[in-house]
Amino acid sequence: MSTIHTTSTSWFFACKTSDVPTNGGVCVKYKEEQIALFYFARRNEWYATQNLCPHRRQMALSRGMTGTVKDEPKVACPFHKKTFSLKDGRCLSDETECALTTYPVKIVDDKVYIGVDAVVEMADAQI
Amino acid sequence: MKIVVIGNGMVGYKFCEKMVARYSLHASELVVFGEEPRPAYDRVHLTSWFDGKTADDLLLATADWYVENGIRLHLGDPVLRIDRENKTVQSHKGIVETYDYLVIATGSAAFVPPVPGMDKKGVFIYRTIEDLEMMKAFAPNARSGAVIGGGLLGLEAAKALLDLGISNTHVIEFSSRLMPRQIDDQGSAILQNKLAGLGLKVLTGKNTREILGDDAITGLQFADDTILETDILVVSAGIKPRDELAKAAGLTTGPRGGILVNEQMQTSDPYIYSIGECALFNNMIYGLVAPGYEMAEVAASHITGEAKAFTGFDMSTKLKLIGVDVASFGDPFADPESCHSIVFEDKYKGTYKRINITTDGQFLLGGILIGDAAAYNMLLQTTRNKMVLPANPEDLLLGASRGTSDAGAGVTALPDEAMICSCENVSKGAICQAVTDGHETLDDVKKCTKAGTCCGGCTPMVKDLITATMKAQGKYIRNVVCEHFPYSRQEMLDLIKVKSLRSFDEVLDHYGEGEGCEVCKPVVASILASLWNDMILDKGNDTAQDSNDRYLANIQKGGTYSVVPRIPGGEITPEKLVVIGEIGTKYNLYTKITGGQRIDLFGAHLSDLPNIWEELIAAGFESGHAYGKALRTVKSCVGSTWCRFGLHDSVSFAIRIEERYRGLRAPHKLKSAVSGCIRECAEAQSKDFGIIATEKGWNLYVCGNGGSKPQHAQLLAADIDSDTCIRYIDRFLMFYIKTADPLTRTATWLNKLDGGMDYLRNVVLNDSLGIAAQLEAEMQMLVDNYKCEWREVVENPELRKRFSHFINAPEDKDPTVKFETMRAQKKAAEWK
Repeated sequence: MSTIHTTSTSWFFACKTSDVPTNGGVCVKYKEEQIALFYFARRNEWYATQNLCPHRRQMALSRGMTGTVKDEPKVACPFHKKTFSLKDGRCLSDETECALTTYPVKIVDDKVYIGVDAVVEMADAQI
Repeated sequence: MKIVVIGNGMVGYKFCEKMVARYSLHASELVVFGEEPRPAYDRVHLTSWFDGKTADDLLLATADWYVENGIRLHLGDPVLRIDRENKTVQSHKGIVETYDYLVIATGSAAFVPPVPGMDKKGVFIYRTIEDLEMMKAFAPNARSGAVIGGGLLGLEAAKALLDLGISNTHVIEFSSRLMPRQIDDQGSAILQNKLAGLGLKVLTGKNTREILGDDAITGLQFADDTILETDILVVSAGIKPRDELAKAAGLTTGPRGGILVNEQMQTSDPYIYSIGECALFNNMIYGLVAPGYEMAEVAASHITGEAKAFTGFDMSTKLKLIGVDVASFGDPFADPESCHSIVFEDKYKGTYKRINITTDGQFLLGGILIGDAAAYNMLLQTTRNKMVLPANPEDLLLGASRGTSDAGAGVTALPDEAMICSCENVSKGAICQAVTDGHETLDDVKKCTKAGTCCGGCTPMVKDLITATMKAQGKYIRNVVCEHFPYSRQEMLDLIKVKSLRSFDEVLDHYGEGEGCEVCKPVVASILASLWNDMILDKGNDTAQDSNDRYLANIQKGGTYSVVPRIPGGEITPEKLVVIGEIGTKYNLYTKITGGQRIDLFGAHLSDLPNIWEELIAAGFESGHAYGKALRTVKSCVGSTWCRFGLHDSVSFAIRIEERYRGLRAPHKLKSAVSGCIRECAEAQSKDFGIIATEKGWNLYVCGNGGSKPQHAQLLAADIDSDTCIRYIDRFLMFYIKTADPLTRTATWLNKLDGGMDYLRNVVLNDSLGIAAQLEAEMQMLVDNYKCEWREVVENPELRKRFSHFINAPEDKDPTVKFETMRAQKKAAEWK
């Protein structure tokens, strides 16, 4: 699936870089989807995941607190503090929890683009 | 194999229990003869029969238990004769049983001194439930009572008379002091004082010569010719082993009574064992239940082929006598030639403590504790395990009363063999092993080792062992914030202050590593707010705030928020109530009165928050900080303005306090209340700081909380005026803010504070650290810097922009938010 993912990415414009708080997140609307976008200013890294926390199915991850554990970037859901890796989306605080879908992010000048995958889009639409 | 047991007291029963536990290994037949009409009961707690416990409650096991385990129990049928040649016994009712092994557990009888008149009406002994029943039947005729015997049982009997309503009761002791086998003269004096306070009079050095009265008792005549009038007399002057049956059978007995036994509890006839208070081991009768149980274990094991031995028993005891702690351990009277004694006596509080140490100051030999026996466990272990004493052994006595005792350090020094739970024979090693195996809670350890399941006296030591073992495994290690900051919260606060750092980023640059996380970010954000009281969303600190602080509202199920405007002291005008109603209607909010006399509006979309607050602020409201680890509410009763009992105007004072500390950020939320009189309608004693009006001013209580572990606040200062009260609160809160661990309420903070309330009072009232002026100045700076953070957001378009759900569609609300209806209002849709 990851090979399909990288080969068929299409990029959409999410927002300006200045729209995103340093070391924090925002929620981006893409069609009927909600994508959480995070900016790690100290290391100039951008990450995007689904906005839905799989634990209680709450649209909240963009309002979560970002950070690192042993250098791995993560976000903590504001509801029950479940933490997820922003690299691969897996839940760091509960092995039994579902992983997040992650999205690639591209910065061109002062614009933020998020990559969505056609196959993934179709799978999401069926849920 | 057939075993006959003579006697069904506590020890005889324990023997049966021990045999039952071995049944699977050894098919045996067990027959028991008991003299009393009921199965074995808990004689130790006989007095509780007067507190309302029934004879059935006191049973150690029901008659069914004996049946279920195949034991033939003959009650009300004492054995009259032992035929050792034919190995049979014959009972009063004529039953003859053969035996392979015979166990004599006939116990003891009350020793009745040979004083003329013991047969008069109104004279009782204190031994069986029947004795109690007779005493109870007679008691209504008695106005005054007396007990002969000032030992353990005698004092229990005196308690029984008090419980029967005979308040004029004397205890008469032949020797010069109470409990002569356990405590010394000085301890006895303290104990007598304590008992006098409970209405019990003690006469020592009294030799009873005659019991007066014609048919019924009227008084006692002593050898010194004095007379004590009394209507009822209980004799409890000691015990006498029941050895007559053994004697008649030709078994060896001691010159002063008792059936001679060896280390296996065998009498002079190897097929006959004797256990409990009738057995004489090494010239000693063991008049306590614990050694009796140990004898039962030894006899049962020897009969079934194991090799256990009884080698004497530590007679250390700790008990509550009529509500007074009395403990005696090791050698309480050690010879002054060969030891030093350290004595601590507080006549006012009624405590007496004595420890005997070797002349070289190395080891503890024994001691006595009266009035406060908290140190008993630790001292007993120190004695038993021959642990080397600290340089100042007096700390062993004073530690506990100073409130700074550290039993935790003590237990780690114990050897693995140290017996922690003597009821269940559980060693320190066994408990530590259980913890290492993953049983890390008290309940788990109790379940797994049985330690602490009997009398419970060792529970505090078990807890300390759990903590110590986990610590040793590195599970507690250093109290640092998280992997990003190698400091405690208190150290962080000092560092941030010294460098005047104002943002999370600066703090991370100076003292941290990595990016921070959901643990350290809110800690640093809270410290910054507590130090400077800057707008919490400024300087990039917004993303370091916990989610609720970041959006200045409480996130609720479904992702909407609740809004709590400040209503100081719970006082609100009808006009303001209307405004809240109108806003609730306009934004379709669920409304509820909170526990802190405010109104909570639920179900607000993120993007509506600035609009809602704009309207609230226009009507004169301000943030209630319900979302922050900050001062929440100062609850009040209506006070002297309306209430006919009110002493002072509690509402005005509550408003003054709430307005002073509004917006104050702390390690955890802060709640307060002011009550206008002692009726305490505002429940101030359940708050972090609570104030109650007195005739002369205010009483200030601190460190209470409700929640899952409720704790009452404790009195910090009494009868102070309003300004003093506020000064003390300034100091108290600032001291808490500067020293508490993250997310620690004041109650927990105090519980962990070395020196406890006495120490806190010294810091706040007596300025023992010399920081009072600084604490006050720091608080004043925070008060002066206060601004309503919602007003700042409402007035700042850049900040307002952050309150939208979609960054690229600010007008849209989250379409996944769903509500349901209940009682004509909305509620959040249930989550999965």
